[in-house]
Amino acid sequence: MKFLASFGERLRSGLSRSREFLATELASVLVPDRPIDDALYAELEDLLVAADLGAAVAADFVNRAREEVMFGTVTRADQLRPLFRRFLTEYLTPAAQSLELVHRPTVILMLGVNGSGKTTTSAKIAAAFKAEGRTVLLAAADTFRAAAIEQLETWGRRIDVEVIRQAAGSDPAAVVFDALKAALARAVDVLIIDTAGRLHTKTNLMTELAKLKRVIERQLPGAPHESLIVLDAPTGQNGFAQALQFHEAVGLTGVVLTKLDGTAKGGIVLRIVRELKLPIKAIGVGERVDDLQPFEPERFVDALVPRA
Amino acid sequence: MFDSLSTRLQGVFDRLGSRGRLTEDNIQEALREVRVALLEADVNFKVVRGFIDRVKDRAVGQDVLRSLTPAQQVVKVVHAELIELLGGSGHRLAAAPHPPTVVMLIGLQGSGKTTSAAKLARWFARQGQHPILAAADVYRPAAIEQLRTLGKQVDVPVVGDASQRPVDICRQAREEAAARGLTPLILDTAGRLHIDEAMLDELRAIRAEVKPHHVLLVVDAMTGQDAVTVAEKFNAAVGIDAIVLTKMDGDARGGAALSVRQVTGRPIAFVGVGEKTDALEPFHPERVASRILGMGDVLSLVEKAQATVDQKQAEEMVRKLREDSFTLEDFRQQLRQVQQMGPLDQILGMLPFGNKLKPGMGDLDAEQSDLGRFDAIISSMTPQERNHPEVVNGSRRQRIARGSGTTVQDVNRLLKQYAQLRRMMKQLKGMEGRLPRLKLPGFPNLRG
Ligand SMILES: Nc1nc2c(ncn2[C@@H]2O[C@H](COP(=O)(O)OP(=O)(O)OP(=O)(O)O)[C@@H](O)[C@H]2O)c(=O)[nH]1
Ligand SMILES: [Mg+2]
Repeated sequence: MKFLASFGERLRSGLSRSREFLATELASVLVPDRPIDDALYAELEDLLVAADLGAAVAADFVNRAREEVMFGTVTRADQLRPLFRRFLTEYLTPAAQSLELVHRPTVILMLGVNGSGKTTTSAKIAAAFKAEGRTVLLAAADTFRAAAIEQLETWGRRIDVEVIRQAAGSDPAAVVFDALKAALARAVDVLIIDTAGRLHTKTNLMTELAKLKRVIERQLPGAPHESLIVLDAPTGQNGFAQALQFHEAVGLTGVVLTKLDGTAKGGIVLRIVRELKLPIKAIGVGERVDDLQPFEPERFVDALVPRA
Repeated sequence: MFDSLSTRLQGVFDRLGSRGRLTEDNIQEALREVRVALLEADVNFKVVRGFIDRVKDRAVGQDVLRSLTPAQQVVKVVHAELIELLGGSGHRLAAAPHPPTVVMLIGLQGSGKTTSAAKLARWFARQGQHPILAAADVYRPAAIEQLRTLGKQVDVPVVGDASQRPVDICRQAREEAAARGLTPLILDTAGRLHIDEAMLDELRAIRAEVKPHHVLLVVDAMTGQDAVTVAEKFNAAVGIDAIVLTKMDGDARGGAALSVRQVTGRPIAFVGVGEKTDALEPFHPERVASRILGMGDVLSLVEKAQATVDQKQAEEMVRKLREDSFTLEDFRQQLRQVQQMGPLDQILGMLPFGNKLKPGMGDLDAEQSDLGRFDAIISSMTPQERNHPEVVNGSRRQRIARGSGTTVQDVNRLLKQYAQLRRMMKQLKGMEGRLPRLKLPGFPNLRG
């Protein structure tokens, strides 16, 4: 998938903000001639936690650093910076994937907890494919939240994409059934299904998702081709439980990380990538329809740990 | 990965115990566990730093070193300190001397402002007030539509139109509230980033124009380390008076609560615990403290149990269990009480390790429907069968299954569980006094 905005002004200003993230703090810890001792490790560990990487990942990196120091490959504190950048890049590089339309129709299921950005991201993805000349359908399968259908319909009008919908409160499985029928009949390239936000701990709502997936599979074997969890960057350690539970319920194919235009850098995805081996298929950097970007490990690492 | 803090500390002190007397260094090691626990709970690392120092002073000053149960002592100190920092409970949104009282909700995108606005409206209406809602989010598609729908649900008028400017919507809402004698006025503003200066200007303009009495920052309980930055910036730019913590019905530990409380010094007034408009609760620091420490929300559970379980009936059950005259009819009463307490996954979520238990419990929805099925089965039994389940033989089982629309396997399962329960109760009787105070949800306390 091509993305609407190339590296425009907005992203640059977003990134410059994020560059400030750990910049000053890291600079004051990783001073070239500062002795590498327990106090330094403790401060470094704190900073990694401050990036929402989690205590486990932070401890892992510090152990790795201790090893390098022991073997003499690292002798100065400032050498820990590139070491850490490599550590992150190693994990994240395989996670950079984009959304491809291999099937027709390609069915994309958008999932996540309440308010993470599912509906907006559905519209952004729809717009990006449409701009490539693809035919796109949206399905309003959030029949629960007040005015969720109207929200998606407004987006549909703005980007000129048809939204398949039913009345509020109707069965989401029925909406999905209709939408797939329409997608197949019109042989569109891609169908994007916006689902209701739900906390991953609600057993009945997660079962409902599994059912939704079965309805799709039965109608179109092999679909959904993408089941994406939409996770917002401010999310802390709970993000892992979210990804895990959604993964267990429907089998995720990837993550979309939204709201990276804020000050949070979405460090929790590292653990998700590391332990669940899920790729990151796009990132959200604003509220406008063109604020969708490919995930680029280099830039992500730059934002978390500035080069210097 | 995250064991309850007590278990972890127990581990630390067990390791130390063999080495003889506890020292201040040992406490230090225990505090490292506390630190990790808080970080895993999303408490901001800077807040954690200060917290650990305070706890250390308190722990060393107290009898932890000499205590026979140092792990419990440390937990107690940590827990108490957390409660203190989380602040007093029941922050009330005081009525203004000249109505309408104006309550303004602000926060990041997707934090839950609109839902919270409707919940608050319902909350005030329940208290006999006559609230009014203003929809000032003219940016997000259908945000006003959303508030209108919710307003209808809670029967509270909603003003605002996407073609107007947010400041005008709020000013007109205030005039309308005054004219119609409605109070409080609740302003739902658009979600925005705490670094978006243009959008912060808008909040400042609304604040200057409408002069809200209570500005509430709405914070998602799942927020990580960034909660501190968000709270600081909103507080500096607009000024906040209290906090609403949303989405606490999930399994986030809610360390953000401590972070925002610490950096703003403002109390947490309300907690959102569900998507429905009635899912709003006053803030209870002791519960959130337990949760941050991974100790489960036992208090909420006790409260729920107390609200559901009839005390007299419970005592009667205990007597029957003691005398071993607990029948299937009694069993059914118990099942109904468990059902009344709410969905099983919610009950489990409130217990320490509850969320860990879930996978082991298999399909909770199945368990839930079991409760209903068991009820139906018992209803299909004759009084004699209920009081003397041993008479239920093969042919009776078939009849009961047919009568209740279940299968013989279901009937067998019920009888087996009933027998198990009785066996368990007999064993428990032998251990009375050593029992924890809270047993199975909905089941009476055997200490009686
Ligand atoms: N700043 C910023 N805001 C975003 C981004 N993506 C979405 N949002 C905003 O976040 C809010 C919630 O987005 P929605 O798309 O409605 O989220 P949702 O997951 O569909 O929400 P529910 O359906 O209610 O669970 C809206 O105000 C969006 O404009 C992003 O990348 N950056
Ligand atoms: Mg939505």
